[in-house]
Amino acid sequence: MLRTTRTLRNAAAALAVLLLSGTTAFAQDASGKLVIVTSFPKDMTTAFQQAYQKANPKVTVEILNRNTNAGVKYLQETASNNGVDLFWASAPDAFEVLKGAGLLQPYKPKVEGIPAKVGAYPVNDPEGMYAGFAASGYGIMWNSRYMKANDLPVPKEWADLTKPVYFDHVAISAPSRSGTTHLTIETILQGEGWEKGWRTNKEMAGNYRTITERSFGVPDGVNSGAFGVGIVIDFFALSSQASGFPVEFAYPTITTIVPANVGVVKNAPNKAAAEGFVDFLLSPKGQEVLLEPAIRRLPVNPVTYEKAPAGYPNPFKDSSLGSQVNFDVNVSQARYNVVDALFDQLITFQLDDLKAATQAIYKAEAALAKKPNDKAKALLAEARDLVAAMPVTAEQAADPQLAGAFTVERKSAKDTVPERQAQVEQKWAAFAKENYAAARKKADEALALAR
Amino acid sequence: MTSLALTRDRIARVRPGPALAALLIAAFLLLFLVVPVVQVIFVAFQDKTTGAFTLVNFADFFGNDLFMRSFANSFYVSAMSVVVASLLALPLAYLTTRFEFRGSVLIQSLGIIPLIMPPFIGAVAMQLLFGRNGSVNLLLRDHFGFSIPFMEGLNGVIFVQSIHYFPFILINLSASLKNIDRAMEESAQNLGCHGFRLFRRIVFPLAMPGYVAGASLVFIKVFDDLGTPLLLNVNDMLAPQAYLRISSIGISDPMGYVISVVLISCSLLALWVSALAMRGKDYATVQRGGGGLAKRRLKPLEMVAAYGIVLLILVLVLAPHVGLGLLSFATIWSFSPVPDAFTLKHYQTVFTESGQYITNTLLYASLAALLDVVIGTAIAYLVLRTKLPGRQWLDYIAMAALAVPGVVLGIGYLRSFYGVPMPFTGQPLSNFWLILVFALAIRRLPYALRACTAALQQVSSSLEEAAENLGATKLRTVSRIVVPLMSGGILAGFVTSFATAAVELSATIMLVHSQSDAPLAYGLYVYMQSAAGRGPGAALGIFAVIIVGLGTYLSHVVIERGRRERGQDQ
Repeated sequence: MLRTTRTLRNAAAALAVLLLSGTTAFAQDASGKLVIVTSFPKDMTTAFQQAYQKANPKVTVEILNRNTNAGVKYLQETASNNGVDLFWASAPDAFEVLKGAGLLQPYKPKVEGIPAKVGAYPVNDPEGMYAGFAASGYGIMWNSRYMKANDLPVPKEWADLTKPVYFDHVAISAPSRSGTTHLTIETILQGEGWEKGWRTNKEMAGNYRTITERSFGVPDGVNSGAFGVGIVIDFFALSSQASGFPVEFAYPTITTIVPANVGVVKNAPNKAAAEGFVDFLLSPKGQEVLLEPAIRRLPVNPVTYEKAPAGYPNPFKDSSLGSQVNFDVNVSQARYNVVDALFDQLITFQLDDLKAATQAIYKAEAALAKKPNDKAKALLAEARDLVAAMPVTAEQAADPQLAGAFTVERKSAKDTVPERQAQVEQKWAAFAKENYAAARKKADEALALAR
Repeated sequence: MTSLALTRDRIARVRPGPALAALLIAAFLLLFLVVPVVQVIFVAFQDKTTGAFTLVNFADFFGNDLFMRSFANSFYVSAMSVVVASLLALPLAYLTTRFEFRGSVLIQSLGIIPLIMPPFIGAVAMQLLFGRNGSVNLLLRDHFGFSIPFMEGLNGVIFVQSIHYFPFILINLSASLKNIDRAMEESAQNLGCHGFRLFRRIVFPLAMPGYVAGASLVFIKVFDDLGTPLLLNVNDMLAPQAYLRISSIGISDPMGYVISVVLISCSLLALWVSALAMRGKDYATVQRGGGGLAKRRLKPLEMVAAYGIVLLILVLVLAPHVGLGLLSFATIWSFSPVPDAFTLKHYQTVFTESGQYITNTLLYASLAALLDVVIGTAIAYLVLRTKLPGRQWLDYIAMAALAVPGVVLGIGYLRSFYGVPMPFTGQPLSNFWLILVFALAIRRLPYALRACTAALQQVSSSLEEAAENLGATKLRTVSRIVVPLMSGGILAGFVTSFATAAVELSATIMLVHSQSDAPLAYGLYVYMQSAAGRGPGAALGIFAVIIVGLGTYLSHVVIERGRRERGQDQ
């Protein structure tokens, strides 16, 4: 019963696609309805929508706002009878997922003069499935009123956020929930190496006030003063500042400038308009829209910076911006899910335990500063190592066998994976719990010695 | 007793009418609830590598510390929320129905407003007022040097949930209280019972169907609720765990679906327990026309105390909306007890940009709520008044909708209806706006159903028997006797369904396919994703609150007038 309806449905869908493609194949001039799925905020999409429609009055732009993950899911679920022309979002990883699923079609933009790289990151997909139209970097945002009220120094580098003064003042969104945070974490891992990178990540995490579920949850909390410091993508901070919030932003040395992208969806009903929109985004007129106060993204067309206000970050001039780390997309891709799951199991879901251990370490440290004691110092180092310890090495994380536990889609009955995701995660969670408890115990011992 | 049994038998003789109604409802539930959900959750029972049927995923669930911790937390939070919500609802319901109380209609309407705390901004407003650096704590710290952790961890969830969902108890309990036969109370008084004892032994037990209906709704709703814990960044509860699993890309893990199955099972269990608690008790009272409890005048001192309590509760439960109101007029509100300055700009933005959202919402939510009360009344009638085989299952299946996470329903709809083209236009069926209405109706059906069931439980079947003995047809009896007597409960169901459908987000966000068809909740979501959108978002939220508040108030007025015309009131 189910099977027959499915066949029927597929046949009907195929028919619909045929009909639709038949009507658009002859369209030369851009006209009609252009449907865009995007994760960008309304301020940004409305500005582009208006600018584009002014230049192309025959096209009506229809914006569908979804967070990146939901957008990808939506395209996947509706692929059989696609009604979307463009996918427009930040995280390059989301585009990789779509590309992997064969849901994009190649297009080479007609606009000249776009450099091949921004920072150390290629602007466009080498296969032309998607194109970068704006750059963004990750950094630290803070609320000046909050900092003043709590007497906090201004943070400049990731390492600053591992200091005891920031305990319970910092927030981040979970990398499994936010493509942008994932890139931040991955950048630190690639910039400092697997072991040291995780140590930094966990030491920062010891200071987290909360781990939010949406990427916008972080700037939102900093804006309202719910917490003082947030790890965010630049435009969140810059646009908040432009809206009048008492917030500031800094790029740490280890950051990646990553392009935000646009890609034409496979079987796009209005291909001509979709391609026109891509070209418009990259044209000087389109790029200028990025400079608007409520948007504040970094254009990829270098000429646009001439029109930017003073002090606007320019990754093509400022060589320190985003070029410290040579971001390797392949390394990132191979361990994408593993990094997310590690962060969730070791940090997000164990945050209380991790913070308790961190607090114990800080207390012991403060006592030690007043009354040095070698044995206590050794204990404390052990405690720090316990917190930083990882259940998997960089090699294991890149192992397709392990990644298989997270991604495997059943292709044939013979496919096997050694372990189920739930088993792996339980193991990691137990590892973290044990280590944090042990670290806390050691720190308490050190404190007792230093008293 | 024998005569009763006989008439029950007569009613039970299967008639084509009820059977047809049951079939229609079953088809609706099957098509718009069971099939879409099964399309999604069968993954829970599937071996990831071979695709064979397996229960190993459930073993993983119970062997996982995080899931077990989440399970315990969900249970604790739900139970505590019922307790706190009861503390808020009982005085409001009792004082306004039991005593001559000026503006009790207004108070009851205000009491319903927390239910329509729109997603995202409700929590934003609560954080701004009660959070660690919210107005209250900033003031406390500045003047007294301490702060109160209202919003820390599970506390925050319980606090917000109780305020958010206590109207379920309030509405159902008030409806029940209004339906209690005054004679019962008078007999008790004649026998020398009064005061708190009268309430404890007579009034409250008679109002039990309403209370249990409300409390079980609160429990299940809190147990399954996703938005609040997520917004407060409390991840270790079951619903957020399911959501986080399902909506992450690249993770084709069955655990999210396993958790959904566990959620659905727990909700059904809670319903079953509440049904057990009610079993073997007859709450129907024969006499109608008494118009509920006698309303008594309060002595001056009692009056002061009563007003004090009511005001205190109202201030607390309306706090989110006060916060929202401030936010909608605020220029910048950051780390300070009140905003820096005020402006009307945000309302202007909303007026020029978002009119469509408001009309769409009115259309969708009222259609969905209408559908809900029709189906709810029909199911309640079939379950309580007929002996159709399997009728209980209609109830169970409809209630299970409560436990289906919105995302699951949304994805299920896309899977089930996307490939089906609409006649004439060739557009996918899932793009048709009525599908959104059906999704809302399914999601909110349990509220209407519980309210209708409670209402019908209080109508004695001997009234129908009397009507039929006088020669009325079944249809006529239902439309002229049963439905009017249930009107309070039906209204309660309509209002809850309408109000909550108007701000539903999780299924909506999956199904909205074009801006022109989008409802208000979607607009809110879009606004709240940017720093500059917070003010307009709050302003749109205020519109939502006003619309639904007005709707509630108007339906109260209509019903009260109806009661008066039928002579049920002095």
